[in-house]
Amino acid sequence: MPPSNAAPIIEIDGISKSFGAFKVLNDLSFSVKPREKLALIGPSGSGKTTILRILMTLEGIDSGTIRVDGDNLYQMERNGKLQPADESHLHRMREKIGMVFQLFNLFPHKCVLDNVTLAPMLTKGVSRRDAEKHAMELLDMVGLADKAKSMPSQLSGGQKQRVAIARALALKPKIMLFDEVTSALDPELVEEVLNVLWRLCRETDMTMLLVTHEMGFAHDFADRVLFFDRGRIVEDGKPDEIFRHPKQERTQAFLKKIIAAGHRV
Amino acid sequence: MEWDWSFVVQILPTLIEGVKITIIATLLGSVFAAIIGLAIAIVRRSKNRLISMPVGFLAEFIRGTPLLVQLYFIFYVLPDLGITLSPLVAGVIGLGLHYGTYAAEVYRAGIDNVARGQWEAARACNLTTRQTWTQVILPQALPPMIPALANYFIAMFKETPLLSAITVLELMNQARSIANYNYRYIEPITLVGAFFLVISLVSVVGLRWLERRYGKID
Repeated sequence: MPPSNAAPIIEIDGISKSFGAFKVLNDLSFSVKPREKLALIGPSGSGKTTILRILMTLEGIDSGTIRVDGDNLYQMERNGKLQPADESHLHRMREKIGMVFQLFNLFPHKCVLDNVTLAPMLTKGVSRRDAEKHAMELLDMVGLADKAKSMPSQLSGGQKQRVAIARALALKPKIMLFDEVTSALDPELVEEVLNVLWRLCRETDMTMLLVTHEMGFAHDFADRVLFFDRGRIVEDGKPDEIFRHPKQERTQAFLKKIIAAGHRV
Repeated sequence: MEWDWSFVVQILPTLIEGVKITIIATLLGSVFAAIIGLAIAIVRRSKNRLISMPVGFLAEFIRGTPLLVQLYFIFYVLPDLGITLSPLVAGVIGLGLHYGTYAAEVYRAGIDNVARGQWEAARACNLTTRQTWTQVILPQALPPMIPALANYFIAMFKETPLLSAITVLELMNQARSIANYNYRYIEPITLVGAFFLVISLVSVVGLRWLERRYGKID
């Protein structure tokens, strides 16, 4: 489904973020349309993962504003004044957003099925029966219905990551964040995860932000690509423009390095 | 001095009463310490320094002063402030508080050992703080720390004779009153040692089992 022309679902306006003396994000602005599939690429340390972590409220921001689905993410209005968001505001905002991590972060003490049903049952009051029914559909979609009763330690990396995707989908977020979801996988396991992402990309109308080093996949997957360097957006365009005809020198240099490292573009 | 078996048989029932009190004090003290320790460990992680600092200071204070002094304080000083406790209750509170501060360190290490990604996954799943603790962090943190906690509780067991100082009729106190009454020390005191040794050895076997059962993750 093509991205809509409606109002942006994510509006990032002039945000900065430092870790100590290191400025990760520097007065960064961009917006994302509903249903848009956005790939964030760039060298490590360029701030692309930090953006996802900020959207998931795992890190705060030092300045700027972020609006998600019309609401201010880190501020709330109270008595006519803007104030830092409290936990219940963040809790409401997080309902719209799901995230899949590089290192899967499955709950190791719970079986695959419980990993997927835990959050819907706890945060949305879904009954166990309904949560399990939905979880089995999701596990079937990622090809792991037969592993429902397995523990995470019995799964391969690719299987773990597919469970993690099912877990994030179980909360039915409007926006999904994928943070280098294939970087920790053995090469032969990358494809099974990308296939799942591919299906989500084609068959759902979620807005998706993908941080990745898989340039070939980013090219096919994304409606739009942002190239980051040193906390700023250097280039913003359609995949063909960025990958085939990069305008900026830094983008060209980065893509050259990636190709030299053996990645398909 | 001669070992008198008939005296042993005569005093055994009284000593067994003492053993019972010793075991009760240890078990209740352990439960109390386990709860207090967890509370201290969680509160000390609070970002609000007005809460975490005083609790941290209090824990260091308790850990840095002798259990005997604390027992005297709880049993003999608190009544002046209007709080009168029975000897056993005072003893359990003393043991629980003192070993709770040690247990808190065990919990802290166990909680720190849970990967940061677990906190992040819990947040991405939109769990509340409370759900994060009860559903994600503690179920992973607790099993590996069970052997270390059990170790402290065995140490606590061997410290229970201190409770005799606040008139708890535990094993040591019973033995001492028998000895003082009969002017015979060898049998009662030897038996006290024997009782402690046997229970400790049994506990250590239990501890090894706990280590095998919970010590390893996965």
